[in-house]
Amino acid sequence: MIQFERFTLANGLRVIVHPDTSTPMAVMNIMYDVGARDEDPQRTGFAHLFEHLMFGGSVNIESYDEPLQMAGGENNAYTTNDLTNYYIQLPAENLETAFWLESDRMLSLAFGEKSLDVQRKVVCEEFKEHYLTKPYGDVWHKMRELAFQRHPYRWMTIGRELSHIENAQLQDVKDFFFKHYRPVNAVLVVAGNVTTEQVKTLTEKWFGEIPAGEKYKRNLPEEPEQKEAHRLDIKAPVPLDAFYKCWHMASRLDRRYYITDLLSDILGGGASSRLHQVLVKEKKLFSNIECYHFGSTDAGLLCIEGKLVKGITHAEAEAAVEAELEKMKTELVSEHELQKVKNKTESMIAFEDMSVMNRANSLAYYELLGDAAWMNFELEKYASVTPEDILQESRRLFKDSNSNTIYYHAAN
Amino acid sequence: MPDRKNAPAIVDAVNFNLHLKPYNKLVLKNGVEVYTIEAGAEEVMSIEWVFYAGNAMETQNLIAASTNFLLKNGTTRHTAFQINEHFDYYGSYLNRACYNETATLSLHTLTRYVTELLPMVRELLTDATLPEEELAIYKQNMKQRLRVNLQKSDFVANRLIDAYLFGEDHPYGKYTRLEDFDTVQQNQLVDFYKRYYQQGRLIMFVAGRLPANLEQLLNDNFGDLPQGSVPAVDHPLNPSGEKKYRVINDEKGVQGSIRLASPFPNRHHPDFLKTLVLNTLFGGFFGSRLMLNIREDKGYTYGIHSYLQNHQQHSAWMISTEAGRDVTDATIAEVYKEMQELREELVDDEELLLVRNYMMGGLLGDLDGPFQIISRWKNIILNGLGEDYFYRSIDTIKNVSAEELRELAQKYLRPEEFYELVVV
Repeated sequence: MIQFERFTLANGLRVIVHPDTSTPMAVMNIMYDVGARDEDPQRTGFAHLFEHLMFGGSVNIESYDEPLQMAGGENNAYTTNDLTNYYIQLPAENLETAFWLESDRMLSLAFGEKSLDVQRKVVCEEFKEHYLTKPYGDVWHKMRELAFQRHPYRWMTIGRELSHIENAQLQDVKDFFFKHYRPVNAVLVVAGNVTTEQVKTLTEKWFGEIPAGEKYKRNLPEEPEQKEAHRLDIKAPVPLDAFYKCWHMASRLDRRYYITDLLSDILGGGASSRLHQVLVKEKKLFSNIECYHFGSTDAGLLCIEGKLVKGITHAEAEAAVEAELEKMKTELVSEHELQKVKNKTESMIAFEDMSVMNRANSLAYYELLGDAAWMNFELEKYASVTPEDILQESRRLFKDSNSNTIYYHAAN
Repeated sequence: MPDRKNAPAIVDAVNFNLHLKPYNKLVLKNGVEVYTIEAGAEEVMSIEWVFYAGNAMETQNLIAASTNFLLKNGTTRHTAFQINEHFDYYGSYLNRACYNETATLSLHTLTRYVTELLPMVRELLTDATLPEEELAIYKQNMKQRLRVNLQKSDFVANRLIDAYLFGEDHPYGKYTRLEDFDTVQQNQLVDFYKRYYQQGRLIMFVAGRLPANLEQLLNDNFGDLPQGSVPAVDHPLNPSGEKKYRVINDEKGVQGSIRLASPFPNRHHPDFLKTLVLNTLFGGFFGSRLMLNIREDKGYTYGIHSYLQNHQQHSAWMISTEAGRDVTDATIAEVYKEMQELREELVDDEELLLVRNYMMGGLLGDLDGPFQIISRWKNIILNGLGEDYFYRSIDTIKNVSAEELRELAQKYLRPEEFYELVVV
């Protein structure tokens, strides 16, 4: 049971305090309710580029990193399709430094040309490093475009193309900031060796005067139900054929999400999972195969991906995958097998919750979803899943008309 | 209205009194040493079995790694599937890893299930069969993985730079070629398993929320394993005479993987701890000279790092980055410029204090949690660094002077001593 207290400032900033006196450290986590799904389709990659610009100095503080390092702190940030998160860990004695830094950049950025110029280049190198030079690096760009017709999950957080990043202008940066980076669109979590009283005082002092801003109303185009199978062949200079198949799954707040999560573990979560055992070990069709999903807030994708053993055709490999899915749709999983993936989930959560940083991050995420307290009910939701649920959900998911398949062909 | 122009007062992290929680030591009936840390809020624990069964013990490439990988792929009583199913059912993670000197099995589990899991670990350590069919699947799949990796410039660069530093016949420098897999025979693995696991030398590390009967449990399961001696290894270094390399791995590559490296003494050398401070300043964190210049000022790369390699016998000082193909030479020139500045100029007090505070804050955060604490002790124990090593490193962070850092730069950051490699 994760204990926390919660209050809201007059400007709408939601604040959560999670004291843990067993650590000498404090953690500050600020999650902004903006991700790549909120971007203009002609300016993709912007939320992530913007995350880089958040480190280019704020209105009163020239350098963000230096004073934090001087205080013995470390920080980082990440952007997903759904949200943007910034986090700091530092010795609890120096907590106020985190308040000073984070509140100033929520107040306003420095908006320097030099910072934009350099970070455009840095992000372009990141794009090249992760998506252009890596074998199979283009597959998720293509899969998203294949699977989504309207929803902005059509593109990745890094952006659809380099030119979108290269063309970003300072005015775009300012507009984006004042639209999304306002107190009313953020959740602040302070955790570790802190007290609620101390956090209340510091939050009022540093964040209280920041103008509330306008609440961002998300109004994304809804993805229509997929009516027919999508297929794509890619040929590229990679050494091995690969197989990718995705199905539309339920959104994060749907009960079906938990069913799908367990179902993906039964199929592809580790060495005793079905796909690994049958397709890698027994039939020797794949050299590796996994089943997973992205944990998206809106309805996202469940994926199976694997590399084919040399000499095996895509058609053979796909037929064998389909045979396993057919079993999921026609035979109830045993209580033992279901208990196994529930145990795995419980253990994963216990290991994750060891770190104060992870707990702070989770509290912010659940608060953004609707209520930080939901963090404490996750296990119950998993525990309630039955073999019948798995069967029914498999039937809904694994329909041909709901599928998106990529045959990735090795050109050499 | 708070004062936003000036930073709030801080406690300099160099003034902290950091404390590394001492371990408890058990000795099993057969003499096996077990180091334990009891700590943590969650009811979880880890156990690591460390054997002197690393790459340095093998006489042919891949024998140590393949043996280690196949430990959990079959015993006379259980198939690979049954073994995996057993650990998975209890939600535990059983991993194995092969390093240069050592090879390990590690278990992470909810504490309440450890009693059910240890007999199976015992079986893997006493009765593994390393089956022929499992070996065939492993060879095939690892070859496929290697084919993919060989297309990545960073992977190729990491292999080559180690070979230049230590020689291709040295455990730190050798690497695997596709054809190496074909020569691995099952009987070689069985022999290796006998010599280095069944009759090998074991040390254990345990951390987390521990069961009250831990000693009994460990004695019951591992207290009768025969113990051999720590094998002596002596591999001659054979560094490359040529220093500069340019390799084309992919004609169309848009980035170059840059590696600059120079041999460096191991952790026992009196310069080692001081050099960790110099390395942090140079390229060891986000605020380092290399990062500020080459990423944050020039935008040549997404990231650039320097570090001392984590080997027991010989280390190396490495600078590593992936940079735009058209700016690889410019990047290397900037790295050398930063070396020159460290050789010629004294670091000023403020920057040095920042590095000290950053390192101390990092240590404080790093000591948070049982797994982190045991991992520090493991490093100290396996390297024979002495109980006071942690406190000596803190003392160095607090007290090393700007003059000493400049002397170290003059001694070690000399471009002519560095291997220089770009793989596109």
